Amino acid sequence: MVDITIIGAGITGSLIAHNLSKFNLKVLVLERESDVAEGSTGANSAMIHSGHDPKPGTLKCRYNLLGNRMFPDLCKELQVAYLPIGAYVAAVGEDEEATLDKLISQCEERDVPYEVLSGDEARKIEPNLSDGVTKVLSLPTTGIISPWEVTIAALEEAMLNGVELKLNYEVKSIRKENDHFLINEEIETKVLINCAGAHCDEITSMLRESPYKVIARRGEYFVLDHLNGTFVKHVIYPVPGVMGKGVLAVPTVHGNVLLGPNAEDSEDRDDDSTGKGLDFIKTQITKTVKNIPYNKMIHTFAGLRPHIDLNDFYIQEDDQIENFIHVAGIESPGLTSAPAIAKDVVEGIVMPKFIDCKVKEEYIRRKPFINMTEMSDEEINKLIEKDPDFGLLICRCEKVSKGQIKDVINRKCGATTVKGVKMRCRPGMGRCQGGFCEPEVVKILSHELNKKINEIELDAKGSYIYMADAKEDL
Amino acid sequence: MERHQLVIIGGGSAGIAAALGAYENGLKDILVIEREAEYGGILQQCIHNGFGLLTFNEELSGTAYAEKYFNLLKDNECIKFMYKAAVTEIKGKTLKVSTSEGIKHIEAEAIVLSTGCRERPAGAIGLKGNRCEGVYTAGTAQKYLNKEGFLVGKKVFILGSGDIGLIMARRMTLEGAKVIGVAELQPYSNGLARNIKQCLEDFDIPLYLSHTVEAVHGRSRLESITLIEVDDKLQKIEGSEQEIACDCLLLSVGLIPENTLIEEMGVKLDPKTKGAVVDDNYMTSIEGIFACGNTLHVHDLVDYVSQEGKKAGKAAADYVLGKTSESETVKNNVSNGVNYMVPQSFHKGKDLEFMFRVNRVFKDCYIHVYGNGLDKKIKKLGIVPSEMQKVLLKKEELENLEGELNWEVIA
Repeated sequence: MVDITIIGAGITGSLIAHNLSKFNLKVLVLERESDVAEGSTGANSAMIHSGHDPKPGTLKCRYNLLGNRMFPDLCKELQVAYLPIGAYVAAVGEDEEATLDKLISQCEERDVPYEVLSGDEARKIEPNLSDGVTKVLSLPTTGIISPWEVTIAALEEAMLNGVELKLNYEVKSIRKENDHFLINEEIETKVLINCAGAHCDEITSMLRESPYKVIARRGEYFVLDHLNGTFVKHVIYPVPGVMGKGVLAVPTVHGNVLLGPNAEDSEDRDDDSTGKGLDFIKTQITKTVKNIPYNKMIHTFAGLRPHIDLNDFYIQEDDQIENFIHVAGIESPGLTSAPAIAKDVVEGIVMPKFIDCKVKEEYIRRKPFINMTEMSDEEINKLIEKDPDFGLLICRCEKVSKGQIKDVINRKCGATTVKGVKMRCRPGMGRCQGGFCEPEVVKILSHELNKKINEIELDAKGSYIYMADAKEDL
Repeated sequence: MERHQLVIIGGGSAGIAAALGAYENGLKDILVIEREAEYGGILQQCIHNGFGLLTFNEELSGTAYAEKYFNLLKDNECIKFMYKAAVTEIKGKTLKVSTSEGIKHIEAEAIVLSTGCRERPAGAIGLKGNRCEGVYTAGTAQKYLNKEGFLVGKKVFILGSGDIGLIMARRMTLEGAKVIGVAELQPYSNGLARNIKQCLEDFDIPLYLSHTVEAVHGRSRLESITLIEVDDKLQKIEGSEQEIACDCLLLSVGLIPENTLIEEMGVKLDPKTKGAVVDDNYMTSIEGIFACGNTLHVHDLVDYVSQEGKKAGKAAADYVLGKTSESETVKNNVSNGVNYMVPQSFHKGKDLEFMFRVNRVFKDCYIHVYGNGLDKKIKKLGIVPSEMQKVLLKKEELENLEGELNWEVIA
C-alpha cells in the first residue's frame, strides 16, 4: 500500500513529492507522458512573478506572493538557476498609465518592492523599450528560472530519497475502497493528490462529479538565440488585459529571449500546436519593445494553461471524499506559486493525516547538473581525467560534452528520450536545433540505456526517430 | 603553451585546402583542428556524385573528393590534424580547445576559420503546428541515412528546393521511401538546375513552386502537412490549403554560415552573407583572422570552396611571413539586384575575382561594375539567386579606379 500517490509530474506535483520525500512515507508519482515537466510546466514564460498583478483576495494572489519569496531559497536548495533580473511593466498613454497606477497601489498594499520610472528613464536602461512607452513600473523581485530544471531537480532529489516515479503511466480508473483508493485496479494508495494540470477535472470525474471544469488556454512563444542581455535585460510586460498578462519579452536563464504568449481557448487539451498566435505576438510585442532581432529566431512552441472555470486555484481536500486532494487550476502564476502551494498541501492537508510520521534522519542531496560553460579549466580537466567524454563536445551551439549527456541519462529521474536530454543539458536547444548533434545524442541514449537505435524516441511514447532500414521497403 | 604559425579551425573542404595553400606559400607549421574523428566535414555524408569536376576533372562522390584532396597533404609533415577537438573560444590569437585529454590552449600567429555552415531549422522559419517527431532538416536526415543506415521517414514531403533537399529527394527514393513532393516558396527553384533534373524530374517527384508548408500535424509522429500557395508577393493565398498525408517533412530552407566563434570575438559580419566581412586576402575585420568556405558565404560547389580555401590559406601564409600589402582597401557597394559581394573590400594591384549572388531571377541583363575611373557592363543571358556569380577584374581595369566600386544588375 502506497501512502500518498500524486497524479502529475509537473512543477506542483514534483514539489509536493519533494516536500514529502523528507518524511518516512511511501510516495508514488504517476505521469502520463514520457518525462516530467511535459505539460504546462514545460511551456510557459519561465519566470517568477513579483505578485503585483493577481486579483486581491484570490489564492493566486496569496500563493504568488508567498512563492515569490520562497523561490530563491528553493533554487539554492535544489542547486538550480534563479536569476533576479526584475521586470518592467510598460504603459503606453494615459489609459494604460491609469491601469499602471492600480498595479502600483497593489504593490503598496502587498509589500511588493517597486519603483516608478518615466518612459525616458526606463529607455536609458532598456534602450529597446518602444518609443511609445510613457511610464514604467519596475519590479525588482521578479526572477527567471528554468521550470523543467526545477521540476527535474525536485523529483531527482525526491527519488534519491525513496519516492517512486512511473512515466508513461496513464490513470484510467480510480475507485475508492474503504480506507484507500485503487488506481487502474492495481495501485492501492491511502491518499491521492490530483496535480493533473489540464486533465485535473478528468481525474476528479473518476471519483465524483468535478466541481470545476478545465478550459485549456493555449499560449504560443518565439525563442530567440543567445542575446545575453543585448536585447532586453528585464522581463518586459505590457499592462495586463482581460486575457492575462499580455505578450511579454522574457530573458531566459540561458541567455535566450522568449516572446509571447498569446491566449487562445483550446478545446483539445493536448493540442500544443503553434498557429496564428505567432502572428498575433509579432503585432502585439511592438507595443512595448522595438528592434526585435527576428533573424535570431530559433524555435517556436506552445503551452496549455490549465485554466478552470472557478477562475482561481482550487486547492483543498475534497468535501465529499476523504483523502482526495485537489490541486487544480494551476495556471499563471502557478509556477511562482508552486513552492508555496506544495508547502501548504503537505503541511496543512497531508501531514496531519500521518501524525506519527517522522522526518527522515538522513536526507540525500542531489548534485547539480554539470554546467561546463561556467567551470574553470582546472575543474573541467578534473572531470576529463575521470571520464575523457567530458572533453568530447557533442553540441557545439550550447557547448555540451558527451560526459554531460551520459550524466543526465544515468541520474535518478534521468533522461530517456532525445527531448529529455535536451531539457536537462541543452543539446538541441541552440541555433542549429539539434541538426548536428541529434544523431549523436540518439547513439549515446542507445548505448547508455542499452536500447536498440530503433527504440529511441524523440519525446512522446511512439515518437521513434528510426522508421526503416535503408532499402528495407525496396 | 602549444604554438603554431597557422591554426585552421575545421578540417572540411575549405580547411584542407587552406592548409595546402598555406603550405605551398611557405608555412612549415600548420595545425588543423577538427571536431569529428576524421577530416572532410560535411563531405563525409555526401555519398552522391557531382564533386570535383573543376578540381580533379572527374566526377566524384563527396567522400571520394575529400579523400583525394586529403591525399595531397596526408604525408606532409608541416601539416598536422587534431581530431575530436573543438575550439570553444578564441581570445586574441589564443584558442581554447576541448579534447578528451583535457582543455588545451593553443597560440597561433594567424587563424583561418573554416567551420562551414548549418541548416536553418524549423523554428527559424516559424513553422506552425505540432512539435511532433518527423520534421528534420535535410542534412540531418542525410546523416541518419548515409552514416547510420536508416530512414527517418517512409512518406516524405520536402519544403525548400535547396540542393540538399533535392539530393535527399533522390536518396530517400532510392532507399525505399516515397517522396510525395517538394514545395518552394519562390516562383523559381533554389537548387542547381542539374539537381532539379536528376533528383526530381528523373523520379517524377513534383515541384510545387510558389508553395509553402503552412503547418505540420501529428501527436507523437507527423501525420500530415498543410500545403499552401503564395502569391507574387509571397503572401499566403487563403483557400488554397491542401492537406497532404506524410510521416516525414524535410526542410531545405537555407544554410547559415557558422560564425559563433568569431562573432563572440567581435569580428564584423555581413548581414547579407551572415559571414565575416573580408578583404581580397580573406582577412576579417580583426587582423590575422581569416575566413573561407561556407563559413564565409554559402557556396554551390565544393570545388569553389576548395579554391577559396586555398587562396585564404595562401593569404594567411603571406600574413604570417609579413608579405601582406599595407595599401588602402577599396570598398565594394552592392545595389539593384546584387545581394552581396565577397570580398566586401579589396586591394588594387592584382587580378581579382569577385563572387556574388543576385536577389531575384534576371533574364538578358548586364552586371554593371562602375566607379570613378571604371565602368564595365558584363552581358548575362540569365542569372538566378541559386547560382553564385563570379566576375574577374584585371589589375589594369582596376588601376584607374578612385574611391569605391559599385555593383548592380541592369535588367
